[in-house]
Amino acid sequence: MAAEPMLTWIDERLGLAAWARAGLRKVFPDHWSFLLGEVALFCLVVLVLTGVFLTLFYVPDATSVTYSGPWAPLRGQSVSAAFDSVMRLSFEVRAGLVMRQIHHWAALVFVAAIVVHLLRIFFTGAFRRPREINWLVGIGLLLLALTMGITGYSLPDDLLSGTGLRVIYSVVIAIPFIGPYLAFLVFGGEFPTPEIISRLFVFHVMLLPALLIGGVLVHLAILVRHKHSQYAVPGATEENVVGRAFWPSQVFKSTGLAILTAAVLALMGGLIQINPIWAYGPFDATTVSSPAQPDWYAGWLDGALRLFPPIEITALGITIPSPFIPGVLLPGVAFGVMTLWPFLEAWVTGDHAEHQLLDGPREKPLRTAFGVAGLLVFVILTLAGGNDVVALVFGVPVEAMTNILRVAIVAVPLLGFGLTYRICRELFDRREAPGQRRASVRLRRTAAGGFEEIEPD
Amino acid sequence: MTGPMPRLRLLALVLLAAGAVGALLPGAMAKANHSASLREASHSSLASDSDVNAGHAVFNARCATCHGDAGQGTALGPSLVGVGGAGADFELRTGRMPFSGSPGTQAVRKPPAFDDATIRNLVAYVASLGTGPPIPEPRVDTAAVSAGQHLFIANCAPCHGATARGGAVGGGALAPPLDVATPVQVAEAMLIGPGEMPVFSSLSETDRNAVVSYVAYLQTQPDPGGVSIGGIGPVPEGFVGWVLGLGLILVVVLVVGRDWRGSRA
Repeated sequence: MAAEPMLTWIDERLGLAAWARAGLRKVFPDHWSFLLGEVALFCLVVLVLTGVFLTLFYVPDATSVTYSGPWAPLRGQSVSAAFDSVMRLSFEVRAGLVMRQIHHWAALVFVAAIVVHLLRIFFTGAFRRPREINWLVGIGLLLLALTMGITGYSLPDDLLSGTGLRVIYSVVIAIPFIGPYLAFLVFGGEFPTPEIISRLFVFHVMLLPALLIGGVLVHLAILVRHKHSQYAVPGATEENVVGRAFWPSQVFKSTGLAILTAAVLALMGGLIQINPIWAYGPFDATTVSSPAQPDWYAGWLDGALRLFPPIEITALGITIPSPFIPGVLLPGVAFGVMTLWPFLEAWVTGDHAEHQLLDGPREKPLRTAFGVAGLLVFVILTLAGGNDVVALVFGVPVEAMTNILRVAIVAVPLLGFGLTYRICRELFDRREAPGQRRASVRLRRTAAGGFEEIEPD
Repeated sequence: MTGPMPRLRLLALVLLAAGAVGALLPGAMAKANHSASLREASHSSLASDSDVNAGHAVFNARCATCHGDAGQGTALGPSLVGVGGAGADFELRTGRMPFSGSPGTQAVRKPPAFDDATIRNLVAYVASLGTGPPIPEPRVDTAAVSAGQHLFIANCAPCHGATARGGAVGGGALAPPLDVATPVQVAEAMLIGPGEMPVFSSLSETDRNAVVSYVAYLQTQPDPGGVSIGGIGPVPEGFVGWVLGLGLILVVVLVVGRDWRGSRA
């Protein structure tokens, strides 16, 4: 083969053959749940590709221009150059709208895939020693993905996203002592500022992607270094990894998954409308449309603001504005607990041993119950973020909806905690697989009319 | 032996069910009564005495219980003195009157209870009770949609939504979707402020026409970007992203992640 001398030539100079051989032989356990992180990775690839396309046409400039494009309802209106460029992308650039929509759908699915991946790691205890560092990297990646989402959502400078920025600004200035300084530092003055769009742009297309992609590489390098954890399938021990090699097995699974993930995202981008900024119109600080929500992954933050009673605490001459507790403290605590979970759990259980074999969720009822409770808090806060839409769907007054959710945010996680704990204990004690049928009991009717059990053979 | 296939089937079922719910919700939300008459009110500016008398007769039979025998209002219903032809025409043609809900609830759009001639007579009678806005004659003009969009976003979108799909307003009140509202009805609503809606008396006739033109534009013009999933932003988008987007990908994950070569050692 002609390729061989060339490969030999390269190998003689770089000595990569040994690395490649080890890489190709990396073992991947056979379980679908190990592919969830890959889905997030492939979404990121789609995001980078479509994002580069969008960057070619986007103008990060808040200067006012007069819209003169083909969308009649906005023609002649004063809009920012940023909004104008997104309108041009949507209506005049060939394939611009489909690229925008794929990018936006990919962002929604990206964060969703990260969350599902995180849940798999959490409920199987894959964060335990020696993988605590990679858990921390993963939490960092989640935070970066959320920040990417929020900065990207704000770039079109439409009415809806501008409303979102307004909320963020209000939350930042609510931080005691440093809030106003921090807000002015980030926004470059009192909202709305002309600087914010170009700043968001730099973060969204340069700083955050660099950190995100770098973080993903670290995440994967640590994974390779540790080797995969695995479920307790036959043959699996704490000392080995049972599964299939990257070549010639996993590589085809992953390639297929990558292509099909991209296909689903492209299908959605092509067929389903998302974020119709032409309907919202340009941002105007004096106007707000209803309903107004952030994208789903920030909905819980909005929901916390909507549920929390408007209490303003003044103590020792210090006023804590009401958005601080739900807008800063609550997410801070949530991410704090998530970050520290591996260490908290090891401290509570006293289990500091290395674990290569994963837990079944029922084997650790307390952890599973905590996870379910946390998940329920997240779900209820997310519903609260859409309280007006939920109220409309169910035909309930918004105020009643808010009160229902205020009760639910306390009651449902507690109930979920208790119920999960009970179910896990029950299942674990019975040693039954979920969905597995119990062996049937055979009965014999006696001459006297009674029944007796026939012992299985 | 529980293989991945039963789970796969279960997932497909769940997805299907969720998809069906997703498909039905917007329909239920719109609550659009398409059987409602879309006819334009053909309004004669001059009502004859016989119209007023005929209207009075129907009024006594169908309306006086709540609004009083001279339209002066009772404990059950407000006074109609001064609501004008616009008020009566709006309530009757959108089927909001006669009211059939439980007391204290919002009147909602339903098919009109009366035929065109009867409505005209009733409108003539109610208009004769005092001075109020007559039935407006809005002009739909495509050249005005940009001005209309601007006014709509500033004045109407805070309750009806940027895409006029309706919204929850608070106190149990709902701003209805405007998908079947006729130009005359939209103009009447701005003049009289039915239910919780304020009266937009500050808008000039030109402004009113612009808003009416934009609402008509939203109703008739194609909305780019593919299937509309509610037109109300991130809530349905997040729902579809999870259920359809991640749902489909999870099916792929289950298929790809399956051990296709059978049992391991």
